[in-house]
Amino acid sequence: MSTRGTALDKPPGSGRVGPLWELFFRFGPPRWSEYIRRNWAGQRLVIAVPYLWLIVFFLVPFLIVLKISFAEFEPFGTPPYAPILRWLEDGAVQVKLLFGSYSYLLHEPLYVSAWLYSIKVALVSTLLCLLLAYPMAYAIARSSPTRRNVLLMLVILPFWTSFLLRVYAWIGLLKNDGVINNVLQWLGIIDEPVVMMNTSLAVYIGIVYSYLPFMILPLYANLEKHDLTLLEAAQDLGAGPVRSFLRITLPLSVPGVIAGSLLVFIPAVGEYVIPSLLGSSDQLMIAGLLSDEFNLNHDWPRACAVAIAMLLLLVGPMMIYQHFQNRELKVGRR
Amino acid sequence: MADKRNEKNKIEPWRDPHAKPYIQIDNITKKFGDFVAVNNVSLKIYQGEIFCLLGGSGCGKSTLLRMLAGFETPTAGGITLDGQDMAGIPPYERPVNMMFQSYALFPHMTVEKNVAFGLEQEGLTKAEIAARVSDMLERVKLGQFARRKPHQLSGGQRQRVALARSLVKRPKLLLLDEPLGALDRKLREHTQFELINIQEDLGVTFIVVTHDQEEAMTLASRIAVMNRGEIVQIGTPTEIYEFPTTKFVADFIGSVNMFEGRLIEDLPDRVRIQSGELGGVIFVDHGISSAPGITVWAAIRPEKIDIQRTPPADARENCVRGVVTEIAYMGDMSVYLVRIDSGKVVRVTLPNIERLSDDERIQWDETVYLSWHPGSPVIVTQ
Repeated sequence: MSTRGTALDKPPGSGRVGPLWELFFRFGPPRWSEYIRRNWAGQRLVIAVPYLWLIVFFLVPFLIVLKISFAEFEPFGTPPYAPILRWLEDGAVQVKLLFGSYSYLLHEPLYVSAWLYSIKVALVSTLLCLLLAYPMAYAIARSSPTRRNVLLMLVILPFWTSFLLRVYAWIGLLKNDGVINNVLQWLGIIDEPVVMMNTSLAVYIGIVYSYLPFMILPLYANLEKHDLTLLEAAQDLGAGPVRSFLRITLPLSVPGVIAGSLLVFIPAVGEYVIPSLLGSSDQLMIAGLLSDEFNLNHDWPRACAVAIAMLLLLVGPMMIYQHFQNRELKVGRR
Repeated sequence: MADKRNEKNKIEPWRDPHAKPYIQIDNITKKFGDFVAVNNVSLKIYQGEIFCLLGGSGCGKSTLLRMLAGFETPTAGGITLDGQDMAGIPPYERPVNMMFQSYALFPHMTVEKNVAFGLEQEGLTKAEIAARVSDMLERVKLGQFARRKPHQLSGGQRQRVALARSLVKRPKLLLLDEPLGALDRKLREHTQFELINIQEDLGVTFIVVTHDQEEAMTLASRIAVMNRGEIVQIGTPTEIYEFPTTKFVADFIGSVNMFEGRLIEDLPDRVRIQSGELGGVIFVDHGISSAPGITVWAAIRPEKIDIQRTPPADARENCVRGVVTEIAYMGDMSVYLVRIDSGKVVRVTLPNIERLSDDERIQWDETVYLSWHPGSPVIVTQ
């Protein structure tokens, strides 16, 4: 009795706080004020910070974009769209939601081909990144600790220069009188320069080069944690090195593969800088279209519809991944 | 008489000079840089044995085991298994399986899949694999857990999965690295006997690595005690315990009271040692064939010392007076630490055969007399 219901624990005037509070004081946890301070307020406060951040910088802009995507295009307005809510003179509210921007996306062949091209580029780049990154991550994870740090440093080092600068550098390498063509011609391997700039090849090279670290790092983080005695056990049971890899290392690295693939695929679908600098102007990716719609046509509603559609397209695979990961975790806890 | 001897040789083939060893380790050495992990070890192990490599951490026992499995290449020397030289044969082609200390179960596979893994590498038919897996799982009493994943099992169940997985390939030799190390005490005792039963059933030769002398004593047909990469003594558990050949072995296995002294009489049937540490003479009723005058150590096990309130009748030799400084009651027995007149503390254990009242029991600070049979001390020279 001494720990509960003391004057300090009750708010002032608690004699008249009502039956619910009375019940809480009687049967609630002892020293409830301390309990709340420790377990409730602190936790909520810590969680509130990222939530607030997400609400202000993600949810609110998202809702604005969503709103504009349903608005009517007004070519000469500032901003160039009509408001959705309008007060009519007789005091009624008019709500005008247009789905025209969305249906346009599905019917316009230019958009459909841009969608398909974006997804194709992202998929192929992700696959190429995976094929390149897996052996690299594996080698880093299996090297001695001192060498491992040097190698990881080398992977991260390109981030120290500007992304834009690195993409520009590729122009110098890929153009017709660029470094690669000059060297090949000097070696006598080719007579005429190979056209690489403004092709899909250049886009693939740019994306794979730029996003490779995002594949290597999660793969490394996964492979580095593997218990090497499992491989010894597999060998002991008669599996050679190749089989041990296929049956033990590869399946255990699937979470790393998925994480890396998402980290490459998602930004690659929406990639704007690389295709506009290295790619051809007749084959647009979806982000390029969005930019044209926004900057050249000033059609904000359509540009916003593209953005929303892109988001939905990317959230889908994320949710599926999350679902599987949660299920895995639940099994793990049992 | 001859029959009996043959039978004994069958159970204890190492006593038969004509028996062919199943595993022969010849002068094997393993160096890691300058560090010699295993130094010139030779061993003969016979079919059907449970052979224990016993030693503290870093004594080279695990390295020796890993060389048998093929994970380490010997710097010098060779291993022959069932007449086949093992040099250059990779682990996945050896007729040897290993049960890892951490069990090393594949976390992404069910119990069934774990056990089947080794058989799948042999290219057997699906039906044959399924039959052998379920047979093995029944044997280790895990039939109903076949579809669980390793993390859904208890420690003891995981240990049995590891055992089943390593035995299902019917290896010529099974290597066990601290097989009971991760189990709690009650479970260990139970599992020890299960392990012996399975071994006898299947007739597989076991080599067990352990740092736990109790584990070695209950499991092993023979024990090799290792220290600093070398084998110090090989023998049956009884031989190792009752007749240690060095101070190290006497000290490592069980507890022992060691008295340093000088050999003053050395006859084929009796030995006398003048020991300053004891403050008296130790009389031993068996010879050791060594030069008189040299320094030797007499090792006496705590349970072989008698503790009494009155001096025994013939009290000139093998008897010493002391004061009880500590008593530890362990239930089945009691441990007494007695400070003898020379200042050395001697450890004595007595089984608690009867329930005694406090008056009858020897108490702290009592003056007591310690004595032992002349057959009890073991004399070691190094």
